[in-house]
Amino acid sequence: MTTVTTKGGRKKEEGITWDVFAQGLWRDNPVLVMLLGLCPVLAVSNSAVNALAMGLATTFVLVSSGALVSLLRHLIPKQVRIATYIVIIATFVTIVDYLIQAISLDLYNALGAFIQLIVVNCIILGRAEAYASRNTLGRAVVNATGMGLGFTLALLALGSIREILGAGSLFGIDLFGKGFEPWVVMIMPPGGFIVLSLLLVAFNWINQRLGRQIEQSEGCGHGT
Amino acid sequence: MAHDSLSFIFLNAALMNNFVLALFLGLCPFLGVSGKLETAGPMGLATSFVMLVSSVCAYFINEILVAWDITFLRLIAYITVIASAVQLVEMTLKKFAPALFRALGIYLPLITTNCAILGLALFQTFKEYDFLQSLVYALGAGAGFTLAIMLMSGLREKLDLSDVPGIVRGAALSLMLGGLLSLSFMGFAGLGGGH
Repeated sequence: MTTVTTKGGRKKEEGITWDVFAQGLWRDNPVLVMLLGLCPVLAVSNSAVNALAMGLATTFVLVSSGALVSLLRHLIPKQVRIATYIVIIATFVTIVDYLIQAISLDLYNALGAFIQLIVVNCIILGRAEAYASRNTLGRAVVNATGMGLGFTLALLALGSIREILGAGSLFGIDLFGKGFEPWVVMIMPPGGFIVLSLLLVAFNWINQRLGRQIEQSEGCGHGT
Repeated sequence: MAHDSLSFIFLNAALMNNFVLALFLGLCPFLGVSGKLETAGPMGLATSFVMLVSSVCAYFINEILVAWDITFLRLIAYITVIASAVQLVEMTLKKFAPALFRALGIYLPLITTNCAILGLALFQTFKEYDFLQSLVYALGAGAGFTLAIMLMSGLREKLDLSDVPGIVRGAALSLMLGGLLSLSFMGFAGLGGGH
């Protein structure tokens, strides 16, 4: 979980600032900068609807587990904290799993095992360890919301691009009419890798133009 | 080949539905530990080993959960047991096979949060595989993961020597390579008489 803490050196001011929220949106965007939780990002971004649902589900788990971890931060013994976080996260994921099943069975089938795999999404464990366990409830919730929204936005961008190119539609609405030949490979697994790769290039380019240098870490294999 | 024959299950998990390149499971080590061939190999083997152990554990836990009708606890039970299984494997190896333990070393604890492990346990439950089928499924998934990560690290070692534009360097390039590998693995799709 060094991915987040190494970026530290930030002052430890209390209170909820815009920065606490905006951290996850752009500067430390979980997908585009920290490259965390790529498995669900690539797997369910074959359509905009799936991407949005996955993003919201992850945000819910992120916010609620962040809140609980922050509340319990003085009670959890240091030695077993990771195990405790995982059980807390797994509980909320089970809730989301049943919730989605109740709301829309089609969506549930489309997302498949990836709802349950939110448990091992490194963003959530990383945030619990690096942020929620050291900050007050308010800050933890605001930061988790920002991170969740950043994750959702990146996922939605990827899902929309892949759906437009691969199926010629957006949120299931046909965009180009009958003359359009869908670029089917884009909604298949290779398309996920390629579109995300191009998004990263675009993101780097924008940041370079803005004159900012962002250190991308590769995967959570280093930290978790 | 029948769809529930052992050879089909193995090939399906290793090639047609490769865990990394088709199902996007275990991308973190795939991108993070694929820099060098000599670390990618042990990582693949360590993951395969934990897959095998957790597949056996998951099979028996599921039997218990179904018998007591408490399947809503499945996710919590799986993740807890996988985490403890990894710890147990670590301790056993340290005691009985120190050489192997040193070779795998730091990778073992990291594997707990590898979604390929939990994914494997969940998939074998959804597919209702029996004990032997689960075992073969885990072997196939491990072989597929090892194959993918070793191919990737070979490619990345070659690319280290070539001139790449700065803006693409790093994660974007790895993902592009992953895309090309995934594209070539799609060629296996028809193997074994389709789906």
